[in-house]
Amino acid sequence: MSRKENQSFLTSAATSATRRHFRELSVAAALALVLLVLAVVAPAFFQPQPLLSLLTREAPTLVVACGMALIIISRQIDISVGSQFAVCSVAAGLLAASKLPLALVLPASVALGAAMGAINGALIAGLRLPSIVVTLATMVTWREALRWQQQGAFVNLPDGVQWFGLSQLAGQWALIAVALSLLVALAFATKHLAAGRFIYAVGSDAEAARLAGIRPQLTTFGVFVFMGALTGLAAMMNVVQSPQVDPKSGTGLELKAIAAVVVGGVAISGGRGNLWGVFAGLLLLACITPALTHLHVEAYWEKAIQGAIILLAVVADGVRTRKERN
Amino acid sequence: MIDSLLQLTSVTKSFGAVRALKGVSFDLRAGEVHALLGENGAGKSTLIKVITGAHQPDGGTIDINGQRVAHLTPAAAHKLGIACIYQQPALFPDLTVAENIGVRLEKVRSFARVDWPSRRARAAQLLQRIGAKVSPDAEVRSLSMPEQQLVEIACALGAGARIVIMDEPTASLTQKEVELLFAVVRELRASGVGVIYISHRLEEIFALADRVTVLRDGESVRTRKVGRAGCPQPAAARVDASERRGEDTAPYLTESELIKLMVGREVSSIFPPAESEPGDVVLSLKNLGCTANGVKNITLDVHAGEVLGLAGLVGAGRTELARVLFGLTPADAGEIILNGQRVTITSPQEAVAHGIAYVPEDRRRHGVILEMPISHNLTMAIHNRLFPGAWLRFGAERTLALDSIRDLDVRTSCPEAPGGSLSGGNQQKVSLARWLATKPKLLILDEPTQGVDVGAKSEIHKIIRRLAAEGMAVLMISSDLPEVLGMSDRIAVMRGGTITAMLPGKSDAHDVMAAALGNSAVAADVRRL
Repeated sequence: MSRKENQSFLTSAATSATRRHFRELSVAAALALVLLVLAVVAPAFFQPQPLLSLLTREAPTLVVACGMALIIISRQIDISVGSQFAVCSVAAGLLAASKLPLALVLPASVALGAAMGAINGALIAGLRLPSIVVTLATMVTWREALRWQQQGAFVNLPDGVQWFGLSQLAGQWALIAVALSLLVALAFATKHLAAGRFIYAVGSDAEAARLAGIRPQLTTFGVFVFMGALTGLAAMMNVVQSPQVDPKSGTGLELKAIAAVVVGGVAISGGRGNLWGVFAGLLLLACITPALTHLHVEAYWEKAIQGAIILLAVVADGVRTRKERN
Repeated sequence: MIDSLLQLTSVTKSFGAVRALKGVSFDLRAGEVHALLGENGAGKSTLIKVITGAHQPDGGTIDINGQRVAHLTPAAAHKLGIACIYQQPALFPDLTVAENIGVRLEKVRSFARVDWPSRRARAAQLLQRIGAKVSPDAEVRSLSMPEQQLVEIACALGAGARIVIMDEPTASLTQKEVELLFAVVRELRASGVGVIYISHRLEEIFALADRVTVLRDGESVRTRKVGRAGCPQPAAARVDASERRGEDTAPYLTESELIKLMVGREVSSIFPPAESEPGDVVLSLKNLGCTANGVKNITLDVHAGEVLGLAGLVGAGRTELARVLFGLTPADAGEIILNGQRVTITSPQEAVAHGIAYVPEDRRRHGVILEMPISHNLTMAIHNRLFPGAWLRFGAERTLALDSIRDLDVRTSCPEAPGGSLSGGNQQKVSLARWLATKPKLLILDEPTQGVDVGAKSEIHKIIRRLAAEGMAVLMISSDLPEVLGMSDRIAVMRGGTITAMLPGKSDAHDVMAAALGNSAVAADVRRL
């Protein structure tokens, strides 16, 4: 191979990598742009303490969004995560209030979430029901069951639960570390584990996957159980941030997670996208609120702008899919 | 000709490099049933689509009612009185019969008030005209398949159709329902409508048709009057003749002639020769059946080193048999004996564990996951073997992918390119390579060269031969008659979910076609082999 050919080969490899990750890169670029504007116009945004609080607040959402990414990659949807989150939060709060050590409350919360995910998974994979309907039903069921059980009462937590009994700073760093290590682990696993590849295969073409000897129903079931377990973990990460548990916590969490996933470039039709994009998407959406505050724009615009970003992402995907089809 | 409804002259149509119609001439007169016959891929569907305006012909002329039509669109065809009744009626299942007929026949005015009484009355009148005992208020969902076809015919009549095309209307009907449909078709004929009737069932053609045209490889081979050979009867007389169909129309000779017309070509010598002697029996089926998909009473041996061709018409149950063997629709009767061991196969995973590989039909587009890289597609079926510890090993994957790509000569820039970037033939090679990586003992190929260009086709044939020479047992489903004849060491012919004939390789195409079409005399004759 001559040098020139070699060079063109390298550039073409680089172009193809850029093209393959174009969607993730464009979200990252948008995020960088927002941060750059903030750095120029409102450097106060970059003060460590508010930034740390922002990241801590978003840590549980990131965990849920990671699970949601796997759900959507496998061509399903789960809108019951907000209700699962509330059930796990209250259960964890009650267990902690009954003096159960945190080291046991955490696995209990995760297991409860996994159990709720298993119910979704059994109905969707086992009975082949559409996930939007199943999770709509479980969303309402869990939320109403919780309302009936708690009557809206907050759960007061004993000492030593908030921030795991650490200082606030240490607790915040701990939560961010948990969320980020989970992100890295999952990003690695989806690429390097056979199970991760099965999720993509099933989401791309479940029938082709079945003909290739993969069990699509088992894969789907597994993804929902995992989603539930992550929701249980996220609930725990939220509980330790305050002295009380709000039984209405997690309201709208499913929409935040789905928004981050969609903005992050995961195709709603399944089979495409990765967790790094989801991370960028989540940060982009999370930065909007403080950015508006710092830019002295009225807070009313927040939802409108978030909606516009989501719409833009969906339109971009639609245009790209149509282009590829032609 | 005065009563010529439709005249096609030297119509040609190509799709890319494939010449689907190479100069077809066809005519239809008022008050006749003209049967259109030909094996799979002979160009029947393309011809129908030209007549209904769905495809524009590249060359040739179309005259309708004696008028030259330069540019036939579906809307124009509709206006000229051409209607097509498909095997699967295209009705709205949740609407009533009257609503369905109304939607087709009434002018679309989105906000106009629907005149329900006249809509009902019109539907009832049309249904009565064809003698259909269907209530206009019945939901289409609740109707049987032939009743739905009658509704379609009523629509066609209501639209003033003079040319009615029926594409295998009896494929899913029982004998009694067929009689009912025939009565309606004869009514249509008596009222001066021209019917183009497509069917694989020879007995229907002899019961119904006045003339028959045979298509072969995109050419109209011959148009003939139906009846005793050399003794053509005028169309008017045929109406009576078909009513009292009896011994005197004894079809054997003519049937045989028809089959000859359909097959009528030499098997070319482009197929690679067999290099191996068949070895031990790898797969043995004893009275295998599966009620879920209509496979019944299959008894079959497949030997190592042999290519067993599975011939038959579309819908004969060949793919269904493959799906039973691969555990996609498990058997509920009979035995599967693999390498001397009786086994049950209830899932693809079990089939793979037993050394069975199934390369599905390309047409269904499930052979390759289009969004995934080629390398991922190639290792899809051997995850357990290639990656023992659940972690993927990209080095091993790439090595295997490069080997497979070289081995089967897959034309791609790199193994990371998505499966969808490949041509049909190369996708088929990837699908094949995926299963070869499992080192199967029994390889089931379902239409391995369908939709594949000529070059890739002969490459795939060479690969199949090489695999058999290496001792693999190959079960090859194919609707391509030359391919079956050229590639197979033995040929099993299926019809109606079961094997009707076992023929030696290099058989006469005529015998294969006769068995596939259900000519019982030939089938009984060759069953002993």
